[in-house]
Amino acid sequence: MPAAPTSGSRLRLTALLAPPLLWLTLAYLGSLAILLLSAFWATDSFTSDVVHTWNTDNFHELLTTPVYRTIALRTLSIAVAVTVIDALLALPMAFCMARVAGRRWRRPLLVAVLTPLWAGYLVKAYAWRVMLGEDGVVGAALGPFGLHGPGYGTTAVVIVLAYLWLPYMILPVYAALERLPERLLEASADLGAGAWRTLRSVVLPAVRPAVLAGSVFTFSLSLGDYLTVQIVGGKTQLLGNVIASQVTLDLPMAAALSAVPVVLIVCYLAAVRRAGALDSL
Amino acid sequence: MAETETRARTGTTTTRTAVRLEAVTKDFGTVRAVDAVDLTVREGEFFSLLGPSGSGKTTLLRLVAGFEQPTAGRIELAGDDVTATPPNRRDAHTVFQDYALFPHMSVEQNVAYALTVRGVRKAERLARAREALTTVRLDGFADRRPAELSGGQRQRVALARALVDRPAVLLLDEPLGALDLALRQEMQTELKELQRTTGITFLLVTHDQDEALTMSDRIAVVRDGRVEQTGPPVEVYERPATAFVAGFVGTTNLLRGEAAVRVVGRPGTFSIRPERILLTDPAEPPAEPPAEPPAEPLPGGRRAVTGRITDIVHAGAHTRFTIALPHGDRLTVLRQNLDGLPQSARLDGEIGLSWDEKDAFPVPS
Repeated sequence: MPAAPTSGSRLRLTALLAPPLLWLTLAYLGSLAILLLSAFWATDSFTSDVVHTWNTDNFHELLTTPVYRTIALRTLSIAVAVTVIDALLALPMAFCMARVAGRRWRRPLLVAVLTPLWAGYLVKAYAWRVMLGEDGVVGAALGPFGLHGPGYGTTAVVIVLAYLWLPYMILPVYAALERLPERLLEASADLGAGAWRTLRSVVLPAVRPAVLAGSVFTFSLSLGDYLTVQIVGGKTQLLGNVIASQVTLDLPMAAALSAVPVVLIVCYLAAVRRAGALDSL
Repeated sequence: MAETETRARTGTTTTRTAVRLEAVTKDFGTVRAVDAVDLTVREGEFFSLLGPSGSGKTTLLRLVAGFEQPTAGRIELAGDDVTATPPNRRDAHTVFQDYALFPHMSVEQNVAYALTVRGVRKAERLARAREALTTVRLDGFADRRPAELSGGQRQRVALARALVDRPAVLLLDEPLGALDLALRQEMQTELKELQRTTGITFLLVTHDQDEALTMSDRIAVVRDGRVEQTGPPVEVYERPATAFVAGFVGTTNLLRGEAAVRVVGRPGTFSIRPERILLTDPAEPPAEPPAEPPAEPLPGGRRAVTGRITDIVHAGAHTRFTIALPHGDRLTVLRQNLDGLPQSARLDGEIGLSWDEKDAFPVPS
């Protein structure tokens, strides 16, 4: 490739990039701006029509009503729990795929991890609803040990979300482990380290950025989810389904509520960026 | 403590062995990488495994380090059988070809790793890491990351990391391969110096004959998974045991069959080092003209032929001549650029060649 673009190639580059950039600004960032803007409007309590009068009542209500705070904290805790569980599951799985399994087994294993992503979201959520139900597989499997299934509720939501987003954590960790040069592991052993020490001092630091990158997916997807909680959550209320139910009743309030996950995710991204994980995305 | 250790080592060197391989064989699938190799490295010795790529020399080193398990045979370190011992329990450290520094650790943490693993206290660890960095002349680099260093500096860090807890044996896998020529020559001197001062046994793998000849106390020439010859550099160079060694260590004129009879005057396979052949004006030293070319025994056991110069290459300190003999045989002659050349030493000129008869020495083919 030539080092300095000529004026002709620069023009072509602009023409090439204009449509996607336009799409990004108008359709994506634009709608987000309008959403935030509408949070400062009001709703006529009789007709449920949006009244275009500028006010901050929605945010005031959001910050002063205890139930909203509870729901926001619950949503945050679930997102954190899902992320931690996925990280704990993905590390050994990705390690087996990248380092333990033979070269010819890597591809089938990768496909096996990816296949659930091709199945419909609702299909998987309802499958879990069946499994977690009264006569479901989970209850039947735990029965002999004198245990009960978690039933529908917060635990079920965590389980299903952790299942749904697991591939998003496995993939970056797998890629990082596969990239990890064999030489580094040999060097560690050569200098006297046992397997456990090598894992702690060489492998984990090398996959840390990948875990953080994966956590961006598991965290933000969990934070924004509103269907799983409706399917297996029982009476559990999360930000997602509160927003969904408010959209028809009180659009400006729904908009104000949706600012909460946006702020949380921006904070999370900033924290992850400081840790240097976005370089590997 | 370091000094007494050195003295103790050098005091008892000659008899004890640091590394011993007995009939070691290594197969990768159907490929035999190492074929029944016997090898003994003495304590405190600078020993090189020299061979072309794919000769199995790196596999030999990895077997000693413990990264590979031999298919058959026995490996000893300092007299102990370590054939089944994992790398982390062998008193040998490796300097890898690509250095294999831990990218997320500082230079100091890299160097101190062997001590950290053994649970050495932090203060002592840091002191010894700094000491090791001083040994390789990298003071002031302790807090850098490997990515911030040049190739030569990384090489030194890798050395410091492997030497920090004074292993009995240091294994070096083409350690200078990635450096440019000037740096490589500087590091050769430094490595040799380091080996002398520490008294640690160095086992080096290289494909570079210069490197092996310059640094080693002894060399093993490896080919196709076998050791062709083991001996001090002078011996390997001056008295190669096989035609392969003669050709691989230094350049040589190999003469076999008809050519041997014509040029050397005897049947067999012979090697004549190009710097051993003298150039003269064709009419000169042998008083009588060369009546029966090409070969003529001279008084004092010298042999002379005449030929025509077909190529002259000036290579700085010396000049390389290619000379065609009447029957189509070719000889290469190296000549130091010290003083004037014979008159006829120009392209297409007729030239006389002579060498001491004992410089054409027979090699088993």
